[in-house]
Amino acid sequence: MKSLAELAAIREKMKDKIVLREGGNDIRIVVGMATCGIAAGARPVLNAFVEGVDKEGLNGKVVVSQTGCIGICQYEPVVEVFEAGKEKVTYVKMTAEKAEKVLKEHIKGGKVVQEYTIANAKNA
Amino acid sequence: MKELSLNVLDIAENSVKARATLIRILLEETEETLTLTVADNGCGMKKESLRGVVDPFYTTRTTRKVGMGIPLLKMAAEQTGGTLAISSRHESDYPDSHGTEVVARFYKQHIDFTPLGDIVSTVTTLIQGSPEIDFEFRHEFGSGCAELDTRRMREILGAEIPLNDPEILRWIAQYLADQYLNYKQ
Repeated sequence: MKSLAELAAIREKMKDKIVLREGGNDIRIVVGMATCGIAAGARPVLNAFVEGVDKEGLNGKVVVSQTGCIGICQYEPVVEVFEAGKEKVTYVKMTAEKAEKVLKEHIKGGKVVQEYTIANAKNA
Repeated sequence: MKELSLNVLDIAENSVKARATLIRILLEETEETLTLTVADNGCGMKKESLRGVVDPFYTTRTTRKVGMGIPLLKMAAEQTGGTLAISSRHESDYPDSHGTEVVARFYKQHIDFTPLGDIVSTVTTLIQGSPEIDFEFRHEFGSGCAELDTRRMREILGAEIPLNDPEILRWIAQYLADQYLNYKQ
């Protein structure tokens, strides 16, 4: 059973980690979390990115954030990846499984997963 | 929405956009009913906006912060024979006590009742997205309750540790899951 007292131990443990994390966040993953996104399944997509970034040890390099309606509700869940010096990548109709693939191949591997991008969806 | 917890997430996002610093989410269950209350200390709405938010076609660009969220929740409640009520105090009229409260009542035995689903995930998602806002979550059910108050967490963690740190988010999910497990036995 977890207790609030455990937070004190976590705080002690994290003191060092915080210093380590002061690198710039090079990549920003933004998940659309308006009504349209949530109804289409954005919550598990967001969670997959949050958990995946931690699991892959990408904290400090990658930040996962939420935003409102991007205006392309028919393509929700929508995820945008921003990286300094590169063009924005928009992934559409995302799922938790697709999020794992994007993390491994794009965020870690540097190779955009073309089949999930909006450009690909529009051509299909 | 496939789960009621997704409506809860959606409605609470309105409070985030209304610049609330404290959002209270209360779920009260009896044998027959589930009552959801989302209350915030955000900017509030004026009377005209308040009348319009239940109408999905009311929304204009300036009031888009409400959109389809409330109509969807209202539909989810009313299709079980339940109700939805909103009260709000706009900051220009109530500088010291502004905010919005949404109360939805559901009849759980009705065939069109949407199950609550993963409410823990809704709580962690809200904190992940708005680590600077305080959340008070309380779910009362027959045999007990599950609760979390980020203000209590901050007292222990101090100001320098953000609540959206992955380790803290994991702790929150486990802390709530344990409370549910404890009462199910």
